[in-house]
Amino acid sequence: MADRYSFSLTTFSPSGKLVQIEYALSAVNSGVTSIGIKATNGIVIATEKKAVSTLIDDSSLEKVAIICSNIGMVYSGMGPDYRVLVNKARKAAQAYKRVYMEEPPTAILVKEIAGVMQEFTQSGGVRPFGVSLLIAGFDEKGPMLYQVDPSGSYWPWKATAIGKNMVNAKTFLEKRYNEDIELEDAVHTAILTLKEGFEGQMTENTIEIGIITGVVSTKDDGAVVLPEFRKLSPSEVKDYLANIA
Amino acid sequence: MSIMEYNGGAVVAMVGKNCVAIACDKRLGVQAMTISTEFPKTFQATPKTYIGLPGLATDVQTLSEKFRFKVNMYKLKEEREIEPRTLAHLVSSTLYERRFGPWFVEPVIAGLDKENRPFICSTDLIGCINFAKDFVVSGTTSNQLYGMCESLWEPDLEPEDLFETISQSLMNAVDRDCLSGWGAQVTVITPDQVITRTLKSRQD
Repeated sequence: MADRYSFSLTTFSPSGKLVQIEYALSAVNSGVTSIGIKATNGIVIATEKKAVSTLIDDSSLEKVAIICSNIGMVYSGMGPDYRVLVNKARKAAQAYKRVYMEEPPTAILVKEIAGVMQEFTQSGGVRPFGVSLLIAGFDEKGPMLYQVDPSGSYWPWKATAIGKNMVNAKTFLEKRYNEDIELEDAVHTAILTLKEGFEGQMTENTIEIGIITGVVSTKDDGAVVLPEFRKLSPSEVKDYLANIA
Repeated sequence: MSIMEYNGGAVVAMVGKNCVAIACDKRLGVQAMTISTEFPKTFQATPKTYIGLPGLATDVQTLSEKFRFKVNMYKLKEEREIEPRTLAHLVSSTLYERRFGPWFVEPVIAGLDKENRPFICSTDLIGCINFAKDFVVSGTTSNQLYGMCESLWEPDLEPEDLFETISQSLMNAVDRDCLSGWGAQVTVITPDQVITRTLKSRQD
Protein backbone atom coordinates (compact mmCIF):
# COMPACT_ATOMS: atom_id res chain seq x y z
CA MET A 1 0.00 0.00 0.00
CA ALA A 2 2.76 2.42 0.97
CA ASP A 3 4.68 1.88 -2.28
CA ARG A 4 1.78 3.20 -4.29
CA TYR A 5 2.75 6.61 -2.98
CA SER A 6 6.50 6.24 -2.93
CA PHE A 7 6.78 8.34 -6.08
CA SER A 8 6.82 12.11 -5.90
CA LEU A 9 3.59 13.90 -6.73
CA THR A 10 5.61 16.97 -7.64
CA THR A 11 7.16 16.15 -10.98
CA PHE A 12 8.88 18.29 -13.60
CA SER A 13 7.01 19.57 -16.62
CA PRO A 14 8.79 19.49 -20.01
CA SER A 15 9.60 23.19 -19.65
CA GLY A 16 11.49 22.53 -16.42
CA LYS A 17 8.84 23.85 -14.04
CA LEU A 18 7.34 22.14 -11.04
CA VAL A 19 3.68 22.89 -11.66
CA GLN A 20 2.61 21.81 -8.17
CA ILE A 21 4.76 24.59 -6.78
CA GLU A 22 3.24 27.06 -9.24
CA TYR A 23 -0.21 26.00 -8.04
CA ALA A 24 0.93 26.30 -4.44
CA LEU A 25 2.00 29.87 -5.21
CA SER A 26 -1.50 30.50 -6.61
CA ALA A 27 -2.91 29.35 -3.30
CA VAL A 28 -0.58 31.81 -1.58
CA ASN A 29 -1.50 34.65 -3.90
CA SER A 30 -5.19 34.19 -3.25
CA GLY A 31 -4.55 34.34 0.46
CA VAL A 32 -4.80 37.39 2.66
CA THR A 33 -1.98 39.96 2.39
CA SER A 34 0.87 40.02 4.91
CA ILE A 35 3.53 42.70 5.27
CA GLY A 36 7.02 42.70 6.73
CA ILE A 37 9.27 45.73 7.19
CA LYS A 38 12.80 45.79 8.60
CA ALA A 39 13.76 48.94 10.50
CA THR A 40 17.17 49.96 11.83
CA ASN A 41 16.21 48.87 15.34
CA GLY A 42 13.75 46.04 14.72
CA ILE A 43 11.16 44.43 12.46
CA VAL A 44 7.38 44.61 12.14
CA ILE A 45 5.22 41.91 10.55
CA ALA A 46 1.49 42.31 10.06
CA THR A 47 -1.48 40.62 8.47
CA GLU A 48 -5.22 40.88 8.08
CA LYS A 49 -7.34 38.67 10.23
CA LYS A 50 -10.08 38.03 7.72
CA ALA A 51 -13.03 36.39 9.44
CA VAL A 52 -15.42 34.60 7.15
CA SER A 53 -18.43 35.59 9.23
CA THR A 54 -19.17 38.10 11.96
CA LEU A 55 -20.05 35.18 14.20
CA ILE A 56 -16.42 34.04 14.35
CA ASP A 57 -14.63 34.70 17.63
CA ASP A 58 -11.50 36.26 16.12
CA SER A 59 -9.74 36.74 19.44
CA SER A 60 -8.79 33.08 19.43
CA LEU A 61 -7.43 33.00 15.89
CA GLU A 62 -3.65 33.48 15.85
CA LYS A 63 -1.89 34.27 12.60
CA VAL A 64 1.25 35.98 13.86
CA ALA A 65 3.09 33.24 15.78
CA ILE A 66 6.05 33.33 18.15
CA ILE A 67 8.55 30.61 17.24
CA CYS A 68 11.09 31.23 19.98
CA SER A 69 11.86 34.27 22.08
CA ASN A 70 13.68 36.14 19.31
CA ILE A 71 11.85 34.91 16.18
CA GLY A 72 8.27 35.42 14.96
CA MET A 73 6.40 34.40 11.83
CA VAL A 74 3.36 35.25 9.72
CA TYR A 75 1.95 33.78 6.51
CA SER A 76 -0.22 34.13 3.46
CA GLY A 77 -2.06 31.09 2.13
CA MET A 78 -3.57 28.03 3.79
CA GLY A 79 -3.95 28.29 7.55
CA PRO A 80 -3.76 24.57 8.35
CA ASP A 81 -0.50 24.17 6.40
CA TYR A 82 0.86 27.17 8.31
CA ARG A 83 0.10 25.63 11.67
CA VAL A 84 2.10 22.51 10.77
CA LEU A 85 5.07 24.72 9.89
CA VAL A 86 4.73 26.76 13.08
CA ASN A 87 4.98 23.56 15.09
CA LYS A 88 7.95 22.30 13.13
CA ALA A 89 9.67 25.68 13.51
CA ARG A 90 9.05 25.74 17.26
CA LYS A 91 10.40 22.22 17.64
CA ALA A 92 13.43 23.02 15.51
CA ALA A 93 14.18 26.07 17.68
CA GLN A 94 13.93 24.04 20.88
CA ALA A 95 16.05 21.24 19.44
CA TYR A 96 18.75 23.83 18.68
CA LYS A 97 18.44 25.11 22.22
CA ARG A 98 18.83 21.58 23.63
CA VAL A 99 22.21 21.30 21.98
CA TYR A 100 23.59 24.82 22.31
CA MET A 101 21.55 26.33 25.19
CA GLU A 102 21.03 29.38 22.96
CA GLU A 103 18.27 30.67 20.71
CA PRO A 104 18.92 29.84 17.06
CA PRO A 105 20.07 32.66 14.80
CA THR A 106 17.31 33.68 12.37
CA ALA A 107 19.16 32.42 9.30
CA ILE A 108 19.63 28.97 10.82
CA LEU A 109 15.93 28.59 11.65
CA VAL A 110 14.92 29.86 8.22
CA LYS A 111 17.21 27.28 6.58
CA GLU A 112 15.56 24.51 8.64
CA ILE A 113 12.01 25.53 7.73
CA ALA A 114 12.93 26.07 4.11
CA GLY A 115 14.49 22.61 4.15
CA VAL A 116 11.24 21.13 5.46
CA MET A 117 9.24 22.89 2.77
CA GLN A 118 11.64 21.63 0.10
CA GLU A 119 11.32 18.06 1.38
CA PHE A 120 7.61 18.22 0.69
CA THR A 121 8.37 19.01 -2.95
CA GLN A 122 10.48 15.91 -3.38
CA SER A 123 9.15 13.20 -1.05
CA GLY A 124 6.67 10.52 -1.99
CA GLY A 125 2.97 10.93 -1.44
CA VAL A 126 3.01 14.52 -0.18
CA ARG A 127 2.16 17.90 -1.70
CA PRO A 128 3.93 21.23 -1.21
CA PHE A 129 2.81 23.57 1.58
CA GLY A 130 0.30 26.16 0.38
CA VAL A 131 1.88 29.04 2.32
CA SER A 132 4.56 31.65 1.99
CA LEU A 133 6.09 32.67 5.29
CA LEU A 134 7.53 35.93 6.54
CA ILE A 135 10.01 35.15 9.33
CA ALA A 136 11.26 38.03 11.48
CA GLY A 137 14.13 37.49 13.91
CA PHE A 138 16.72 39.43 15.89
CA ASP A 139 20.08 37.79 16.51
CA GLU A 140 23.66 38.90 17.02
CA LYS A 141 23.83 40.01 13.39
CA GLY A 142 20.87 42.34 13.98
CA PRO A 143 17.25 42.26 12.73
CA MET A 144 16.58 40.01 9.71
CA LEU A 145 13.38 39.51 7.70
CA TYR A 146 13.06 36.45 5.45
CA GLN A 147 10.40 35.22 3.05
CA VAL A 148 10.10 31.46 2.49
CA ASP A 149 8.11 30.13 -0.47
CA PRO A 150 6.36 26.75 -1.00
CA SER A 151 9.35 25.63 -3.07
CA GLY A 152 11.65 26.11 -0.11
CA SER A 153 13.49 29.10 -1.56
CA TYR A 154 14.09 31.93 0.82
CA TRP A 155 15.30 35.50 0.53
CA PRO A 156 16.10 38.21 3.03
CA TRP A 157 14.05 41.37 2.52
CA LYS A 158 14.20 44.94 3.74
CA ALA A 159 10.46 45.27 3.22
CA THR A 160 8.01 43.02 1.43
CA ALA A 161 4.43 41.88 1.01
CA ILE A 162 2.97 38.47 0.20
CA GLY A 163 -0.53 37.36 -0.65
CA LYS A 164 -3.42 38.85 -2.56
CA ASN A 165 -2.35 42.47 -2.75
CA MET A 166 1.41 41.93 -2.90
CA VAL A 167 2.08 43.76 -6.18
CA ASN A 168 0.39 47.00 -5.12
CA ALA A 169 1.72 46.68 -1.59
CA LYS A 170 5.32 46.25 -2.76
CA THR A 171 5.01 49.29 -5.04
CA PHE A 172 3.65 51.23 -2.08
CA LEU A 173 6.54 50.03 0.09
CA GLU A 174 9.17 50.84 -2.53
CA LYS A 175 8.07 54.44 -2.39
CA ARG A 176 7.89 54.68 1.37
CA TYR A 177 10.80 52.57 2.51
CA ASN A 178 14.18 54.06 3.34
CA GLU A 179 17.17 52.44 5.00
CA ASP A 180 16.99 54.65 8.10
CA ILE A 181 13.39 53.93 8.99
CA GLU A 182 12.82 53.30 12.69
CA LEU A 183 10.38 50.79 14.12
CA GLU A 184 7.65 53.28 15.05
CA ASP A 185 7.53 54.55 11.47
CA ALA A 186 7.77 51.01 10.16
CA VAL A 187 4.66 49.95 12.10
CA HIS A 188 2.87 53.04 10.80
CA THR A 189 3.92 52.24 7.23
CA ALA A 190 2.93 48.59 7.60
CA ILE A 191 -0.57 49.56 8.68
CA LEU A 192 -0.90 52.04 5.79
CA THR A 193 0.29 49.36 3.36
CA LEU A 194 -2.27 46.88 4.68
CA LYS A 195 -4.96 49.53 4.44
CA GLU A 196 -4.33 49.90 0.70
CA GLY A 197 -5.82 46.53 -0.11
CA PHE A 198 -8.05 46.12 2.90
CA GLU A 199 -11.53 44.75 2.36
CA GLY A 200 -13.87 45.93 5.08
CA GLN A 201 -13.28 47.91 8.20
CA MET A 202 -9.74 48.02 9.68
CA THR A 203 -10.00 47.76 13.45
CA GLU A 204 -7.77 46.43 16.21
CA ASN A 205 -9.54 43.09 15.88
CA THR A 206 -9.12 42.66 12.14
CA ILE A 207 -5.35 43.09 11.92
CA GLU A 208 -2.53 41.35 13.76
CA ILE A 209 0.86 42.97 14.27
CA GLY A 210 4.05 41.46 15.67
CA ILE A 211 7.24 43.38 16.43
CA ILE A 212 10.75 42.67 17.61
CA THR A 213 12.97 45.50 18.75
CA GLY A 214 15.76 46.24 21.17
CA VAL A 215 19.48 45.63 21.47
CA VAL A 216 21.64 42.58 21.90
CA SER A 217 23.20 42.73 25.34
CA THR A 218 25.45 40.51 27.43
CA LYS A 219 24.90 39.46 31.01
CA ASP A 220 27.72 39.46 33.57
CA ASP A 221 28.47 35.78 33.05
CA GLY A 222 28.83 36.34 29.32
CA ALA A 223 25.47 34.93 28.22
CA VAL A 224 23.88 36.85 25.36
CA VAL A 225 20.42 38.38 25.81
CA LEU A 226 18.42 38.89 22.61
CA PRO A 227 15.38 41.13 22.11
CA GLU A 228 12.02 39.37 22.36
CA PHE A 229 9.40 39.03 19.67
CA ARG A 230 5.92 40.01 20.77
CA LYS A 231 2.48 40.66 19.35
CA LEU A 232 0.90 44.06 19.83
CA SER A 233 -2.14 44.00 22.07
CA PRO A 234 -5.46 45.18 20.61
CA SER A 235 -5.23 48.42 22.60
CA GLU A 236 -1.74 49.15 21.20
CA VAL A 237 -3.00 48.47 17.68
CA LYS A 238 -5.92 50.79 18.37
CA ASP A 239 -3.47 53.59 19.26
CA TYR A 240 -1.60 53.14 16.01
CA LEU A 241 -4.86 53.07 14.04
CA ALA A 242 -5.97 56.28 15.72
CA ASN A 243 -2.77 57.94 14.44
CA ILE A 244 -3.45 57.10 10.82
CA ALA A 245 -7.11 58.05 10.82
CA MET B 1 40.56 -1.58 37.54
CA SER B 2 38.59 1.46 36.49
CA ILE B 3 38.14 2.20 32.82
CA MET B 4 38.91 5.88 33.43
CA GLU B 5 42.33 4.83 34.76
CA TYR B 6 43.26 2.48 31.92
CA ASN B 7 45.30 4.95 29.88
CA GLY B 8 46.01 7.70 32.41
CA GLY B 9 46.23 11.43 31.82
CA ALA B 10 45.85 14.87 33.32
CA VAL B 11 44.40 18.16 32.10
CA VAL B 12 44.14 21.50 33.89
CA ALA B 13 42.88 24.95 32.82
CA MET B 14 43.22 28.30 34.57
CA VAL B 15 41.91 31.84 34.22
CA GLY B 16 44.30 34.81 34.19
CA LYS B 17 44.02 38.50 33.44
CA ASN B 18 42.43 38.64 29.97
CA CYS B 19 43.94 35.24 29.22
CA VAL B 20 43.41 31.55 29.85
CA ALA B 21 45.80 28.61 29.92
CA ILE B 22 45.22 24.91 29.38
CA ALA B 23 47.80 22.19 30.04
CA CYS B 24 48.00 18.43 29.73
CA ASP B 25 50.49 15.62 30.20
CA LYS B 26 51.76 13.59 27.24
CA ARG B 27 51.69 10.00 28.49
CA LEU B 28 49.76 7.20 26.85
CA GLY B 29 49.86 3.98 28.85
CA VAL B 30 48.19 0.61 29.02
CA GLN B 31 47.79 0.30 32.77
CA ALA B 32 51.32 0.20 34.14
CA MET B 33 53.14 0.10 30.81
CA THR B 34 53.89 3.38 29.06
CA ILE B 35 53.54 2.98 25.30
CA SER B 36 53.86 6.57 24.08
CA THR B 37 55.24 9.81 25.37
CA GLU B 38 53.71 11.87 22.56
CA PHE B 39 50.01 11.80 23.32
CA PRO B 40 48.88 15.33 24.20
CA LYS B 41 45.26 15.64 25.24
CA THR B 42 44.43 19.23 24.27
CA PHE B 43 42.91 20.07 20.90
CA GLN B 44 42.13 23.34 19.22
CA ALA B 45 38.41 23.93 18.64
CA THR B 46 38.66 27.51 17.33
CA PRO B 47 41.60 29.92 17.15
CA LYS B 48 40.72 31.12 20.65
CA THR B 49 39.23 28.01 22.26
CA TYR B 50 40.87 24.75 23.27
CA ILE B 51 39.33 21.56 24.58
CA GLY B 52 41.18 19.10 26.81
CA LEU B 53 40.11 15.43 26.80
CA PRO B 54 41.59 13.15 29.46
CA GLY B 55 40.29 9.62 29.93
CA LEU B 56 40.10 6.48 27.81
CA ALA B 57 42.42 7.11 24.86
CA THR B 58 40.15 5.68 22.18
CA ASP B 59 37.36 7.98 23.33
CA VAL B 60 39.82 10.90 23.49
CA GLN B 61 40.61 10.33 19.82
CA THR B 62 37.04 9.71 18.72
CA LEU B 63 35.60 12.67 20.59
CA SER B 64 38.30 15.06 19.43
CA GLU B 65 37.31 14.11 15.87
CA LYS B 66 33.57 14.33 16.64
CA PHE B 67 33.98 17.80 18.11
CA ARG B 68 36.11 18.89 15.19
CA PHE B 69 33.24 17.78 12.90
CA LYS B 70 30.59 19.57 14.94
CA VAL B 71 32.62 22.77 15.30
CA ASN B 72 33.38 22.85 11.56
CA MET B 73 29.72 22.30 10.67
CA TYR B 74 28.73 25.06 13.09
CA LYS B 75 31.17 27.43 11.42
CA LEU B 76 29.89 26.60 7.94
CA LYS B 77 26.21 26.95 8.88
CA GLU B 78 26.37 29.94 11.17
CA GLU B 79 29.21 31.71 9.34
CA ARG B 80 30.95 32.48 12.63
CA GLU B 81 33.23 30.76 15.14
CA ILE B 82 31.59 28.96 18.03
CA GLU B 83 31.80 30.77 21.37
CA PRO B 84 33.38 28.88 24.32
CA ARG B 85 30.13 28.92 26.28
CA THR B 86 28.21 27.49 23.35
CA LEU B 87 30.90 24.85 22.81
CA ALA B 88 30.55 23.86 26.46
CA HIS B 89 26.85 23.17 25.96
CA LEU B 90 27.55 21.34 22.71
CA VAL B 91 30.05 19.09 24.55
CA SER B 92 27.54 18.58 27.35
CA SER B 93 24.70 17.53 25.04
CA THR B 94 27.02 15.28 23.01
CA LEU B 95 28.05 13.45 26.18
CA TYR B 96 24.53 13.19 27.56
CA GLU B 97 23.35 11.58 24.30
CA ARG B 98 25.31 8.57 25.60
CA ARG B 99 23.93 8.79 29.12
CA PHE B 100 23.59 5.00 29.54
CA GLY B 101 26.76 3.96 27.70
CA PRO B 102 28.97 6.98 28.21
CA TRP B 103 32.13 8.25 26.58
CA PHE B 104 34.91 7.74 29.12
CA VAL B 105 36.32 11.24 29.03
CA GLU B 106 35.91 14.22 31.34
CA PRO B 107 36.50 17.25 29.09
CA VAL B 108 37.93 20.63 29.99
CA ILE B 109 37.22 23.71 27.87
CA ALA B 110 39.24 26.93 27.92
CA GLY B 111 38.99 29.94 25.66
CA LEU B 112 38.32 33.62 25.11
CA ASP B 113 34.89 34.72 23.90
CA LYS B 114 34.35 37.30 21.19
CA GLU B 115 34.83 40.14 23.68
CA ASN B 116 38.08 38.42 24.77
CA ARG B 117 36.65 37.57 28.17
CA PRO B 118 38.24 34.40 29.67
CA PHE B 119 36.09 31.29 29.93
CA ILE B 120 36.84 27.89 31.43
CA CYS B 121 34.70 24.96 32.44
CA SER B 122 34.85 21.20 32.81
CA THR B 123 32.23 18.50 32.47
CA ASP B 124 31.86 15.01 33.87
CA LEU B 125 31.62 12.01 31.58
CA ILE B 126 27.86 12.43 31.13
CA GLY B 127 27.86 16.16 30.50
CA CYS B 128 27.33 17.98 33.77
CA ILE B 129 29.03 21.35 33.30
CA ASN B 130 31.09 22.94 36.05
CA PHE B 131 31.51 26.66 35.29
CA ALA B 132 34.51 27.83 37.26
CA LYS B 133 35.99 31.27 37.74
CA ASP B 134 39.46 30.13 38.77
CA PHE B 135 40.61 26.71 37.56
CA VAL B 136 39.32 23.32 36.48
CA VAL B 137 41.06 19.94 36.65
CA SER B 138 40.43 16.51 35.16
CA GLY B 139 41.98 13.09 34.67
CA THR B 140 43.64 10.50 36.91
CA THR B 141 45.64 13.29 38.58
CA SER B 142 42.62 15.43 39.44
CA ASN B 143 43.00 15.17 43.23
CA GLN B 144 46.66 16.16 43.13
CA LEU B 145 45.82 18.96 40.69
CA TYR B 146 43.14 20.31 43.01
CA GLY B 147 45.74 20.54 45.78
CA MET B 148 48.37 22.23 43.59
CA CYS B 149 45.97 24.69 41.95
CA GLU B 150 44.32 25.67 45.21
CA SER B 151 47.72 26.57 46.65
CA LEU B 152 49.33 28.22 43.64
CA TRP B 153 46.47 30.00 41.83
CA GLU B 154 45.66 33.62 42.43
CA PRO B 155 43.40 35.94 40.45
CA ASP B 156 44.54 38.28 37.65
CA LEU B 157 47.80 36.58 36.71
CA GLU B 158 49.47 37.99 33.60
CA PRO B 159 50.08 35.51 30.74
CA GLU B 160 53.73 34.84 31.65
CA ASP B 161 52.87 34.32 35.32
CA LEU B 162 49.85 32.20 34.44
CA PHE B 163 52.13 30.01 32.33
CA GLU B 164 54.46 29.50 35.30
CA THR B 165 51.60 28.81 37.70
CA ILE B 166 49.81 26.29 35.51
CA SER B 167 53.08 24.57 34.58
CA GLN B 168 54.15 24.14 38.20
CA SER B 169 50.66 22.95 39.18
CA LEU B 170 50.63 20.32 36.45
CA MET B 171 54.21 19.13 36.80
CA ASN B 172 54.18 18.66 40.53
CA ALA B 173 50.74 17.03 40.47
CA VAL B 174 51.67 14.43 37.84
CA ASP B 175 54.83 13.59 39.78
CA ARG B 176 52.49 12.15 42.39
CA ASP B 177 50.56 10.07 39.83
CA CYS B 178 52.12 7.01 38.25
CA LEU B 179 49.68 7.06 35.32
CA SER B 180 50.42 10.62 34.17
CA GLY B 181 53.49 12.56 33.21
CA TRP B 182 56.23 11.83 30.65
CA GLY B 183 56.24 15.47 29.49
CA ALA B 184 53.68 18.27 29.43
CA GLN B 185 52.15 20.63 26.92
CA VAL B 186 50.97 24.08 28.01
CA THR B 187 48.88 26.42 25.85
CA VAL B 188 48.35 30.08 26.83
CA ILE B 189 45.58 31.93 24.99
CA THR B 190 45.62 35.73 24.89
CA PRO B 191 43.67 38.16 22.68
CA ASP B 192 46.71 38.62 20.42
CA GLN B 193 48.22 35.18 20.19
CA VAL B 194 48.19 31.56 21.30
CA ILE B 195 51.47 30.03 22.47
CA THR B 196 51.93 26.31 23.02
CA ARG B 197 55.02 25.21 24.89
CA THR B 198 56.26 21.69 25.59
CA LEU B 199 57.81 21.06 28.98
CA LYS B 200 60.39 18.44 29.80
CA SER B 201 59.47 16.83 33.09
CA ARG B 202 60.53 13.74 35.03
CA GLN B 203 60.47 10.87 32.55
CA ASP B 204 59.02 8.31 34.86
